[in-house]
Amino acid sequence: MTRYALRRLASIALILLLVSVIVFAAVHVLPGNAATLILGEYATPEAVRTLEREMGLDRPLLAQYASWIGSVVTGDWGVSLAMKQPVAAIVAARLRNSAFLALAALTVVVIVGIPLGTLAALRRGRPVDLAIVTATYVGVSIPEFVTGLALLLVLASPSVGWFPTSGYAELTSGVGAWARHLVLPAMTLTIVLLAHIVRQTRSGVADVLAAPYIRAARLKGASTRRIVLRHALRNALLPTITVLALDLGYLMGGIVVVEEVFAYPGMGRLIIYAVQNRDVPLLQMCALVVASVYVLANFAADLAYAWLDPRIRYS
Amino acid sequence: MMWRSPTLAVGGTILIAVITMSIAAPWIVPYPTTEQHMLDRLKPPGARFVLGTDQYGRDLLSRTLAGARPALGLGLGAVALGLALGVPIGLAAGYVGGRVDDLVMRVVDAMLAFPSLLLALLIITALGASTGHALLAIGVANAPGVARIVRSASLALREAEFVLAARVRGERHLYVMFGEIFPNVLAPVIVEATLRVGFAIMAGASLSFLGLGVQPPTADWGLMIREARQYVFLSPWPLLVPGTALAVTIVAFNLFGDGLRDRLGAT
Amino acid sequence: MIPSPLLDIRALSVQFQTLEGPLRVLRDVSFEVMPGETFGLAGESGSGKTTLGYTILQALAPVARITSGAIRFEGRDLLSASEDELRRFRGRRIAMVYQEPRSALDPTMRVGAQIAEVVEIHERPRSGVALRRAHELLELVNIADPVSVARRYPHELSGGMQQRVVIAMALAGRPSLLILDEPTTGLDVTTQARILELVADLKRRVGAAVLYISHDLAVIAQVADRVGVLYAGELVEVAPTGDLFAQPIHPYTRGLLDALPHLDGMLGLTPIEGRIPKLTALPPGCVFAPRCRFAEPACTAATPPLESVAPGRHVRCVRWQTVIATPRRSTQAAIAPAPAGRDVPLLEFEHVSKRFGGAGVVARLLGMGAPPVRAVDDVSFDVRAEEVVALVGESGCGKTTLGRLAVRLLRPTAGHVRFAAPNPTDAQIVFQHPDSSLNPMKRIGPSLARPLVLRGLRGEERRRRVRELLEAVRLDPDTSARRPVELSGGEKQRVAIARALAMGPKFVVLDEPVSALDVSTQASIIRLLTELRRALGASYLMITHDLSLVRHVAARIGVMYLGRLVEIGTAAEVFRAPSHPYTRALLSAVPRPDPAARGRPIRLEGTVPSAQHPPSGCRFHTRCPQKIGRVCEEVEPPWERASATHWIACHIPIAELSRDSKETGP
Repeated sequence: MTRYALRRLASIALILLLVSVIVFAAVHVLPGNAATLILGEYATPEAVRTLEREMGLDRPLLAQYASWIGSVVTGDWGVSLAMKQPVAAIVAARLRNSAFLALAALTVVVIVGIPLGTLAALRRGRPVDLAIVTATYVGVSIPEFVTGLALLLVLASPSVGWFPTSGYAELTSGVGAWARHLVLPAMTLTIVLLAHIVRQTRSGVADVLAAPYIRAARLKGASTRRIVLRHALRNALLPTITVLALDLGYLMGGIVVVEEVFAYPGMGRLIIYAVQNRDVPLLQMCALVVASVYVLANFAADLAYAWLDPRIRYS
Repeated sequence: MMWRSPTLAVGGTILIAVITMSIAAPWIVPYPTTEQHMLDRLKPPGARFVLGTDQYGRDLLSRTLAGARPALGLGLGAVALGLALGVPIGLAAGYVGGRVDDLVMRVVDAMLAFPSLLLALLIITALGASTGHALLAIGVANAPGVARIVRSASLALREAEFVLAARVRGERHLYVMFGEIFPNVLAPVIVEATLRVGFAIMAGASLSFLGLGVQPPTADWGLMIREARQYVFLSPWPLLVPGTALAVTIVAFNLFGDGLRDRLGAT
Repeated sequence: MIPSPLLDIRALSVQFQTLEGPLRVLRDVSFEVMPGETFGLAGESGSGKTTLGYTILQALAPVARITSGAIRFEGRDLLSASEDELRRFRGRRIAMVYQEPRSALDPTMRVGAQIAEVVEIHERPRSGVALRRAHELLELVNIADPVSVARRYPHELSGGMQQRVVIAMALAGRPSLLILDEPTTGLDVTTQARILELVADLKRRVGAAVLYISHDLAVIAQVADRVGVLYAGELVEVAPTGDLFAQPIHPYTRGLLDALPHLDGMLGLTPIEGRIPKLTALPPGCVFAPRCRFAEPACTAATPPLESVAPGRHVRCVRWQTVIATPRRSTQAAIAPAPAGRDVPLLEFEHVSKRFGGAGVVARLLGMGAPPVRAVDDVSFDVRAEEVVALVGESGCGKTTLGRLAVRLLRPTAGHVRFAAPNPTDAQIVFQHPDSSLNPMKRIGPSLARPLVLRGLRGEERRRRVRELLEAVRLDPDTSARRPVELSGGEKQRVAIARALAMGPKFVVLDEPVSALDVSTQASIIRLLTELRRALGASYLMITHDLSLVRHVAARIGVMYLGRLVEIGTAAEVFRAPSHPYTRALLSAVPRPDPAARGRPIRLEGTVPSAQHPPSGCRFHTRCPQKIGRVCEEVEPPWERASATHWIACHIPIAELSRDSKETGP
C-alpha cells in the first residue's frame, strides 16, 4: 500500500508542477501586466519600465516562473494588486467559505444520493427506478443558474422571505444567519450533484449486480440483503468515489455561476475578480489553489480506491 | 435509425424539433427579436404575446425561438473543436504508448485539474468576450477530456489481434491508427460527443449569463436570463421561458446520447 | 429395490425471450442422476448445457422461462418452490462450480471469508466456527497451508488454486449434488489433471453425486459413470460411459468421437459437415437431420422420441438400427503424417531471449522495482522449409512470445531471429481468438483486400483474388459483403487464415488456431490448414497446448517450460520414451477419450514458478518427480542427444530416461 501511495504521490507532484506552468503561462498571456495596472492608463512608458525593472517583470519568463514557484513553496504568496492585502489571507477566507458550501452540499449528496442510487439499481425498470432516473435527467440538464434563480424566486421572494437573496454572514454573527445564507446556494448545488451521484451509483451498482460473482453468491444461497451489503456496495462504490473527488474539485472553484447568482463570496468569484482586474499575484495563487484542491482530492480518492480494492493495493 | 429505444426516440424527436426551430427561426418568429414594446413590458403570457414579454417589452416567444441558434451553434461547434483537437492526440498517445503517452497524459491531467468553466474563463478573459471566443474556450476546455477517452480506447485496442495482424502485414503506423483503430473508437467517441454537446450548451449559457459569451442585443438564452435577473420578482417569465428551453434542449441531448450508448453497445 | 433418483428431470423445456422472438434453448430434456454417481453432460457451444445447470438451481436470467417439464430433487419439486425454499437448497443441498473460477469469487473479499460465508448463511454458527470449517475445507481440496491461503484475495492465487477454492466453497454446505460446469476450462493440462483427480477423490470421501458439464469428451470419459449428449438443446443419447465410447449410436455422438484427435494419430479429425442450427431457425423434425448422413424423409417429418434401445441406453434416432449396422468411418483419409522438412532452415532462433518490464536501475536499487519477466530464455531451434514444427507447453512457457518474435512483433532482448526469405512479410501469423482477429468494423471483403493492396494489386484483379481466397478457405463468395459479427467462430477463423494467406507467405505462425473453436469445427480447420500448407509449400510453426492435436499435424515437436526449450524431436520420438520428465508428466495428464484408459496421471506438485523469479539451474527442478539432487538446483541441464533429431535437456542420462518412461504414450 505504501508503495502504491508513494507512486501516486510522485505522479501528482508532477501534475502539480505542470499545473503551475499552465497557470503561469495562461496568466502571462493576458495583455497588460502588473506594472501598467499599478500605474494606471496614463503612465508614461519610462515609468512603466522602471517599475517593471523594480518588480522584476523584465526578467526572462523562466526566471520569473522560478522565483514565483520558490516564493509559493516558502509561503510568501504575495500581495493582491487590486485589494492591496496579502493574498494568503484573502484566499484563506474565500477558501473557507467555499469549503462550508462544499461540505453542506456533499453531506446531503452522499447521505441521500448513494441509497437512492442503490434503490434505483435494485428496482431496475420498475416505477421507482423510472421516477428516479427521470428526476436525475432533469437535475443534470438544468443549468445551475436557472435552478438557483428558480429557487430564489420561490423561496426568497419578498412575499415569502424565508431566505436572504444573497450574500454571506460570518459564523461569528450567529449560526442562524450563517446557515440561512448557506441554504439556497447549497440547495442549488445539491440538486445538480445529487443527480450525478445517483446516476453514478445506480450504474455502478447495476454493473456489479450483473457480475458473475454476484450470481455465484446467489447460488450459495445468499439473500438479496446480504448480496447488496456485503458484496455489491463495496465494489460499486469505487467509481462513485471518483465522481465525489471530481465534485469536490468542482465545488471548490468551478461554481462561479452559483456564487454569482447568490453573491456568495467563494473562490469562483474571487477568480473572476482577479481576472477582470488583471491582478496577477491573486489570480496565479487562486488558480493554483483550486487546481491543487482537485488534484489532492483525486489523490485521496486513489488511496480510498486502493483501500477498498485489494487488486490495486497488491499490484 | 431504429427508434425502438425510448430514450433515443424521445431525445431524437426533441432534437429534431429544436434544430428545426433554430433553422427556421428567422421566418417563424411572430415579432422581430429586437423590437421593443414599451407599453407591454414584463407581461405574462397572453393573446398578443404568447409567452409574455421581457423587461424591454420584447416578445419572449420570438427571442426564445431565435435563441436556439447561438445555443446549438456554440454547443455543436465547441464539441467539434474539442474532437478535432482531442481525437488525434488521444489516438496517437494511446497507440505510441510509453513515455510519450505518459507525458501527454500528465499534461491532460493537469488541464483537467481545472474545473472546465474556469479554463474557459481564463481563455475568454485573455481574448475578450464574444460568441466566437466562447466557442473557442469551451472547445479547448473539452479537448483534454476527449483525448483521455480516445486514448483509453486506443490503448486497449493496441494489442488487439487484428491490429497486430496489420502490423505483421507491414502496414504503416498512420494507417494502423486511422484505418484499423479509429473505426473502433468511433462508437464511444460519438456517444461521448453527443453527451458533451449538452454540457457545452450549458457552459455557453453560463458564460453568457456571466456576460462573457454572447453579447447583447443578440437573443441568447443565457443572456436573456442574465438580463432578466433583476426583474425576477416582478415577472418570472423572462427567466422561466429561456430556462425551460435550455433544460429541454440539454435533456434531449442527454437522452439521445444515452440512447446511442445503449444502442451502439459502447461503454 | 431400485433406488430413487437424486435428481430427476422430465421433459424440461426452456425458452429465452429475445428481440427476435423466443429462443427455444432446451427442448424436452429428460434424464436422472442417481445418488453418488457422476453423470457427464456433453455438448458443444450452443447446446444449452450451461443453461441446464442454471435451470436446476432456478437461477436463470429474467428473460428465461421454463415452458414445460419438471425438476425433482430428492423427491421435491424445484419448479414450484418459493424463493425462500430455493435459498435453502442453494449452496446446501445443491452446489455449483463454474467455468471461470475467477468470476465466481468476489475480488474484494478474502477467500476464507467467502468459503465461510456458505456456512454462515445456512447454519448460523457461533463465531469462529465458520472460519475453522473453511480451513478444513481448504485442506480437503489439497491446499497446503490453508490458514495463510484463507487470508488471501482471489487475484493473489493461481488459476488452479482459485478453482480449488471454488470447489471448497461448493462443498461447504455438504451438498448431495455437485454441479460442475466446465470446471477445468482455461486451466493447464497438468492442473486440470489434478482437479479431476480431486473431484474423483472427493466423490469417494464425501459421497456427493456429480453432474459434470463439459464440451471435452475426453475429460468426460475419465470422470463420468453415465453420459448424456446434448445437441442444439435436445438430449440425443444417454448411455453408460463405457458403452457410449465403445459403441456410440446416435450419428452426432459418432461424429463427435470421430472428430476428436487421438493421441496415437490414427483416428480422428473427421469433421461433421454443416453448422449447429440457429435456435431461431430450427430444422423440422430431427434437429441433427441436416447434417446427418443417415437422414431420411422420416427424420424431418417429426421429432424422434428418446427411445430405450438397450438397458440403460436411450437414443433419439429413428434409424438407429441402420446406424449400428454401419461400421465406424475410418478416417476419410487419415491425415497423411506431416512430411519432414527440407534441409534448408527457413527461420532460426539463435539463443533468443525476451524479457518484459522490469523497473529501472534506480528503482531496483531502492528495492522498489520488480524484476523483469523472463518470458523466453536462451532458446535455439529452427524451422525448415515446408515443415510443420509444433511448440507445446502450458501457460506462461513462452511459446506465444516466441511466435511473436518470429513475425517481428517483438524484438529479442538477446540473440537473433534469422528469416531466410526475401521479404519480412513472408512470415505471417494466425491468432487464437476469431473474435478479435478481424476488425469488427470492417466487412470481410475490405479486410481481405488490404493485404492485396499492400502487394500492389488493383481493381478487378484484386476482386478476383479476394474471391479466390474465399474459395481456398471454403467460404461462399458472398461472405465478402458480411461483417465479422455475422460469421461463426469457424468462419471467422477461415477468414483470418485467408488474410494471412493473401500475403503469399512462406512461413506462418499458428498461435492456438483452433482452441477457441468447437470440436467439430476444429477438425475441418486443421484439415484446411494442412491442405493449404501443401499447396503453398510453406512452413508452419504451430503453437498449442493441445498435445493430441500435434500428433497429427507436426513433423517435429518442441516442448517448452517456463521460457526454456526442454525437449525437441520428431512427433513420433517425443511421444515415446525417452522423454524429459516434464514431457512425461504432460503426456500422462492428457485425458483420453477412452474410459478404459483411466490411468493415474503423474502428479506435479506445486505451481509453476513465476517467470520473474525462475528457479536456478534446471527450471523444472521445483516440481520434477525425477529430480536427482543438488545438481538439478545448481547447474543448467545440458542437451543430451537421444537421436540425430531428438534432444532432451536434462541431467538424467538418456538410458535411464528410456527405462523409466515406458508408460508414456500408447
